[in-house]
Amino acid sequence: MRERIWNPIETAPVEEIKALQLARLIHNVYHVYENVPHYRRRMDEAGVKPEDIRTLADLAKLPFTYKQDLRDTYPYGLFAVPMKEVVELHASSGTTGKQIVAGYTQRDLDIWGDCAARAIVAAGGSPKSKVHVSYGYGLFTGGMGLHYGAQTLGAVAIPVSSGNTKRQVQILQDFKSDILCCTPSYATYIGETLREMGVKPDEIKLSAGIFGAEPWTEDSRRNIEALLGIKAYDIYGLTEIIGPGVAYECSEQTGMHICEDHFLPEIIDPDTGEVLPEGTPGELVFTCITKEAFPLLRYRTRDIATLSREKCSCGRTLIKMTKPRGRTDDMLIIRGVNVFPSQIETVLFQTSQTSPHYLITVDRVNNTDTLDIQVEMTDDFQFDAVRLVEQKQREIEAALQSTLGLSPKVRLVSPKTIQRSEGKAKRVIDKRQLY
Amino acid sequence: MTIKQLSVFVENKQGRLSEITGILQDTGVDIRALSLADTTDFGILRLIVDKEEAAEAALRGAGFTVSLTPVIAAGIADRPGGLAEAMAVLRDGGISVEYMYAFISRRKEMAYVILRVDDNGRAAELLQKAAFPLLTEAEIAE
Ligand SMILES: [Zn+2]
Repeated sequence: MRERIWNPIETAPVEEIKALQLARLIHNVYHVYENVPHYRRRMDEAGVKPEDIRTLADLAKLPFTYKQDLRDTYPYGLFAVPMKEVVELHASSGTTGKQIVAGYTQRDLDIWGDCAARAIVAAGGSPKSKVHVSYGYGLFTGGMGLHYGAQTLGAVAIPVSSGNTKRQVQILQDFKSDILCCTPSYATYIGETLREMGVKPDEIKLSAGIFGAEPWTEDSRRNIEALLGIKAYDIYGLTEIIGPGVAYECSEQTGMHICEDHFLPEIIDPDTGEVLPEGTPGELVFTCITKEAFPLLRYRTRDIATLSREKCSCGRTLIKMTKPRGRTDDMLIIRGVNVFPSQIETVLFQTSQTSPHYLITVDRVNNTDTLDIQVEMTDDFQFDAVRLVEQKQREIEAALQSTLGLSPKVRLVSPKTIQRSEGKAKRVIDKRQLY
Repeated sequence: MTIKQLSVFVENKQGRLSEITGILQDTGVDIRALSLADTTDFGILRLIVDKEEAAEAALRGAGFTVSLTPVIAAGIADRPGGLAEAMAVLRDGGISVEYMYAFISRRKEMAYVILRVDDNGRAAELLQKAAFPLLTEAEIAE
């Protein structure tokens, strides 16, 4: 049985999707060349004119856009329409540096709502659903994106926003919400709060959750599914492209379908910029082919992922991307070794009597990087002898050593002592003075 | 025959110990014996109290991490060599002791030693056979 689909394009023949992409790409290349001096200059420098774009493969002729370009042209330098046509602004601060601003026309918002609606339907939602949105509302795109998605679908949007977690649980119970949208770390926190309040998963009506805006592991998914008694779906997006809804997961849970009728994906070698074939991991690059106000050309996401056009059991034909292994921004380089916080999380999920709550501190002592990890023990951990604590610490250190290839110092701490997050979790403190 | 020991995980020792004893005082819990295992990173405060359920609830309520462990409280003669005799019994019986700590009882000429061993059942049997009295939970609560 095929699952419900929101937009017929999701199951259209690939050739039809590609024809649509080409027409839209050509249109938008002219649009930015004519309306954004930055792109005109970059394309002129690269010796490429809009009329040189005749096939999808010609996309590779266009220059890349980097996050730095967005900062350099802050706030409105890359907008492609006059401000009177812009109806909404969002911004993303990122963890480092100046914030970037994205503008939307009404049509851009309609596209966003349509993409987010696809995600909600793929998670089993329908016009009858009540969608509880616990992403922060504000300049961050999480809240509004799923809100527009729910309304586009004709479902009920419940704009709870983040914070006041006990009240979240109360609202889940009283409003009988069907679908929860927030970051995976906040979903975990809500699930733990549910348990603490003595509310059983079957006392709430949730059937699914749509979680994104930060990297999370398969183990984390299973944990959230158990805590809340739901099926947990991944959603991908970034403010620069549109917000959540650039790609979304279906029932197969083996990757996210990209709304490639709006956002043209490529995978490139991050060092050479060369386009890589489907199935090869590399940096994800997006070109907006329908957006009016803020249509980025070949935007370097710094996310490492793989694209696949393998047939999906859900019936959708939109290309799929793997869950990004972590944004290159999140990657730590410690003693020359690349470390993603998600690798540490995976080890902790596999270690008994520890919880996946951890805090990484990186420092530099005598010109050597140090990696200290605080890990919460679970409530049932027997710690009456020093030996038991030290053994557990060594067990985790050994597991991390074999996964990461470098030896960290692990320190067990009491349950619930590491700060819980209502949005994107802060798991790394880097004290090195490298910049 | 065992009694329950409460262990409290103490990460930041400064001020935490007085907080713990303060909570027990406010709860009306009497500490019968206590030992602190100390490392550079953390400490483990082990307690034998008269009302162990009330103590556990109060400490957990205050956000402390508490672990319960069955331990043996053996009575030994309060004289030189009293403890050595008990230890010899355990050693000869092949019991290994993880840690221990002693307290003097109000009873005349009697001291008690709290023992955390690898086999409670067998250790209790050996000690009783050698005529060392073991304290019960009821006696601790008295
Ligand atoms: Zn699918």
